[in-house]
Amino acid sequence: MTAIAVEQQVREPRAVPRRVPMSRVTAIELRKMFDTRSGFWLMASIVIAAVLATGAVILFAPDDELTYSTFAAAIGFPMAVILPMIAILSVTSEWSQRSGLTTFTMVPNRGRVITAKAISSVAIGVVSIPVAFAIGAVGNVLGTAITGTDRVWDLSLGDGLYIVLGNVLGLLVGFMLGVLIRNSAGAIVAYFVYSLLLPTVFGLLAASQEWFANLQPWVDFNYAQSALFDGGLSAEQWANLGTAGALWLLLPLVVGLALVRHTEVK
Amino acid sequence: MITVQALTKKYGGHTAVDTITFTASPGRVTGFLGPNGAGKSTTMRIMVGLTAPTSGSATIAGRRFADLPNPGMEVGVLLDASAQHAGRTGREILTIAQRTMGLPARRVPEMLDLVSLTDREAGRRVRHYSLGMRQRLGIAAALIGDPEVLILDEPANGLDPAGIRWMRDLLRGYANRGGTVLLSSHLLHEIEVIADDIVVIGNGRIVAQGTKAELLQAAGTVVRAPQLEDLRRALDASGLAVARSADGALRTGADPEQVGRIALRAGLALTELKTADGAGLEEMFLELTADTQREGAAA
Repeated sequence: MTAIAVEQQVREPRAVPRRVPMSRVTAIELRKMFDTRSGFWLMASIVIAAVLATGAVILFAPDDELTYSTFAAAIGFPMAVILPMIAILSVTSEWSQRSGLTTFTMVPNRGRVITAKAISSVAIGVVSIPVAFAIGAVGNVLGTAITGTDRVWDLSLGDGLYIVLGNVLGLLVGFMLGVLIRNSAGAIVAYFVYSLLLPTVFGLLAASQEWFANLQPWVDFNYAQSALFDGGLSAEQWANLGTAGALWLLLPLVVGLALVRHTEVK
Repeated sequence: MITVQALTKKYGGHTAVDTITFTASPGRVTGFLGPNGAGKSTTMRIMVGLTAPTSGSATIAGRRFADLPNPGMEVGVLLDASAQHAGRTGREILTIAQRTMGLPARRVPEMLDLVSLTDREAGRRVRHYSLGMRQRLGIAAALIGDPEVLILDEPANGLDPAGIRWMRDLLRGYANRGGTVLLSSHLLHEIEVIADDIVVIGNGRIVAQGTKAELLQAAGTVVRAPQLEDLRRALDASGLAVARSADGALRTGADPEQVGRIALRAGLALTELKTADGAGLEEMFLELTADTQREGAAA
């Protein structure tokens, strides 16, 4: 025993480690959204889709519709799909790729990791939409130069902000589904059910049942959101957005967060 | 120092980890030995806060893992070398760890050097790594924060003999410098060659624990009785793990005196009661394995 004791050395005392700051956790989560090939191309697809949509408008839109709002609408379509995917994958890859085993041992407070993912996803949404719209603006300049028509800038800053808000809400729906389902394929399917199937069902129901037609704005989140893309919201429309959002976004998000914090990471 | 206190984890009616208590001490390598499915990985996941225990506690230097401010600087963890995003490069995975912990950037090449991953290998995506390379990368990630405690689940899996030798030397040196090492394995030999202390687990319970010397000397008790099933139930009820050997005797990790007392209390006559002989650890381990083995049960 003494022979072993002689061999052993006492470790030098070190500075007491400090808590990993939230800014660092967020910066890491942002980095992780770009550092794989699939992540990188998903980000690049924002720009690529904006360029393609802009090109399509220049090529196919009739001259009298070659206005900025046409470009914005065409670009908005792919954005509404790509941004939620980004949010979904940033959460679900920790489970589907099992990297959560490492992530949650380096930062054991899962709430902080998930918050960092929410912040970085929203940041990407808020930055990428103006970038996409700038591409649309270039398209508007080029397109009208080619056709020789007047340049029409029929989208105000206010409209633009509504569109950003609408897209961020869509992104948060993706984020919520990621947190709730924690499986890439499952969450993506759920997103399409949420954004394509559910509005159709609600629409049919509203068309056939009068009582539901009155209720729809309050309980149909897609319906309430669509007002954002048409610009200016009335007080009642804001209230619609609030109640439908609480029902379809906040409530499941709270459930999802509780699950994430307590379920086992394997 | 890792302290595990009466740790229990239940999944519905199934008890995966059953009142486990042990410590892993600084300056020593503690081997956590048990057949597949014995509860080793569950115990380790509880230690690092990935799984919530049903009851009991696991602490590192007196604190719960989740309460450590920057865990990577205090505990190096490798639970599953394959649990990484397959699309990241090895270097990127280390960079994420280095940045999360707030370490200088030079730690990344230092660690790559330590685990002998070349520059080219580090630039490849983990998808293309062999299991051995993933283990090396995992060890590098565990050591990057220069922690005082290491928790490694089956780290030798997938390493070639030279790699196993390399890891043994690495962990030995680490413990000799005062570090605490806990590593699990389902192979007795692997644990025998590296561990100072051994904790044997089977069906969620600790079957034997002590220094390697103690355990290799003698392990447990062999007991026979006419009413074997009653005896088995009595031992079971006292919280001892019991295995039935092929020749119709019961084996348990407890000493003969304890077994005798339990039999007395249960009013059961014994026909034989003795300390298991020299190769006890290996035999006990084989029986544990036989109990849970899925193939070749007929033999």
